[in-house]
Amino acid sequence: MSVPSDAPRASSWLVGASLAQRIASVALLIVIWQVTADALHSRLLPSATAVLIAMVHMCADGSLPLNLGITLARVVAAFVVAMVVGTAIGIVMGRSRTLDVLFDSWLVLLLNLPALVIIVLAYVWFGLTEAAAIGAVAVNKIPAVAVTLREGARALDRNYADMAQSFRVGRWRTLRHVIMPQLYPYLFAAARSGLALVWKIVLIVELLGMSNGVGFEIQLYFQQFDVTRILAYTIAFVAVIQLIEWAIFQPLERRAARWRP
Amino acid sequence: MASVTPALLAEIREKRYQRSRGASPHVALANLSLHIAPGEIVALVGPSGCGKTTFLNIVAGLDSEFDGQVRLAPRADGDPARVGYVFQEPRLLPWRTVYENVALVLPPHRADPLIADLLKAVGLADARDLYPPQLSVGMSRRVAIARAFAIEPDLLLMDEPFVSLDHDTVEQLRELLLKLWHARPTTVLFVTHDLREALALADRLVLLSASPAHVVGHVPVSLGRNHRPSGSEIELLRDEVLRQHRELIGGAPPMTPLEPPAIASPTARGQR
Repeated sequence: MSVPSDAPRASSWLVGASLAQRIASVALLIVIWQVTADALHSRLLPSATAVLIAMVHMCADGSLPLNLGITLARVVAAFVVAMVVGTAIGIVMGRSRTLDVLFDSWLVLLLNLPALVIIVLAYVWFGLTEAAAIGAVAVNKIPAVAVTLREGARALDRNYADMAQSFRVGRWRTLRHVIMPQLYPYLFAAARSGLALVWKIVLIVELLGMSNGVGFEIQLYFQQFDVTRILAYTIAFVAVIQLIEWAIFQPLERRAARWRP
Repeated sequence: MASVTPALLAEIREKRYQRSRGASPHVALANLSLHIAPGEIVALVGPSGCGKTTFLNIVAGLDSEFDGQVRLAPRADGDPARVGYVFQEPRLLPWRTVYENVALVLPPHRADPLIADLLKAVGLADARDLYPPQLSVGMSRRVAIARAFAIEPDLLLMDEPFVSLDHDTVEQLRELLLKLWHARPTTVLFVTHDLREALALADRLVLLSASPAHVVGHVPVSLGRNHRPSGSEIELLRDEVLRQHRELIGGAPPMTPLEPPAIASPTARGQR
């Protein structure tokens, strides 16, 4: 690889190439997979083409989009609940010393509680219901969101709030235009790691106590040792989550950061 | 002038700070009394760290933990007085454009033409869509001034509006302020530690002691609004003030003067 002489062109060339490199990297993985599968010729490692064909079939009979949709709806619900509740808790704890001292240990406890324990307890206490499932996922995520937003709330600049107060900007406008923009970087950090965690836990919740969704389907095919369909679901779901990252998170984050020089 | 309801009446018996846990409180202001007539431009002059900013924050309503009272004359329509505040640092929200920063302090429906006028007046018509990190210090200062004028303040507070600017920028900003005050008359209280600056802009200087701050003297600069003192007149006035208030240079214990020094012709005051 030759390095162009002037630095700015070099960096833009690298950025331009990174998408191509990414595609090449994924393609390489698929090739290795395909070659290995062909060589082993085992039911336990289906080839990439076999998985693709299974995916097409499952799309045709509607089962893949349906279960994907159901799981995605649970992911969105749990994600929204976790973000709203976690943000509120984080801001309150970041602003009030008393409440911070009072609840900090609770937060640490929740952070260290295994996801599985929360899920099992939720099902035991509240039954195998949709609310218990979504609630359990949210509770798993809430402490991490709260800790991140607490940092943000602690870093709020008092000078901006004073400015808003002296000009009588009003509570709602101050919250929306003065306070929240300072929290956006923390919100995005929490949302990013939140989505990654939430969708993984949703699958476990479905596996343990739901009768539909991607997690339930994977459990079904696990019992049948149908690795092809397990991989088909996995790849479809990973693709959807990556799409959310590209189509929603990244544009929002760029918009929120457009003032940065 | 005594018969007119003052635009600002402040009687601070005491303002103390708890600087840190366990430490004995620091008394920032003690028996500080100040009345400002409507339309008057008053400069608060005192040594650095004497509590000038603390006083402005109290007047602006940002600090209510003090012993005493602050009263602002209500507007003609009975609404509470509007206070425009130009902070020492511009305090522009970096994620909002110049236009949006000014718009924030206004009700949404009446923002557009007013802001356009103001930005033109402060020479920033072309900068309306820039973000604060793209502005120079002087430009940011002008946006902060435009924002304070946007609310059509009954009282304009300014905290060291010219600090850390180069000489030319200070000159421009001073001209700009006089022009804005002429077009949009308002009562002004500004804080500075620079006597020349105070003499160049104010109708009256209020001299503060070192902390705990109280008023040690009033200096009328009575040449009338349309006749600002020239450079040499400012130097003369400055020497006169310094002769009477040595503590302003040395930080020596204040000697309360019996009479405010009459250092300029009192006749011109009538022109206003």
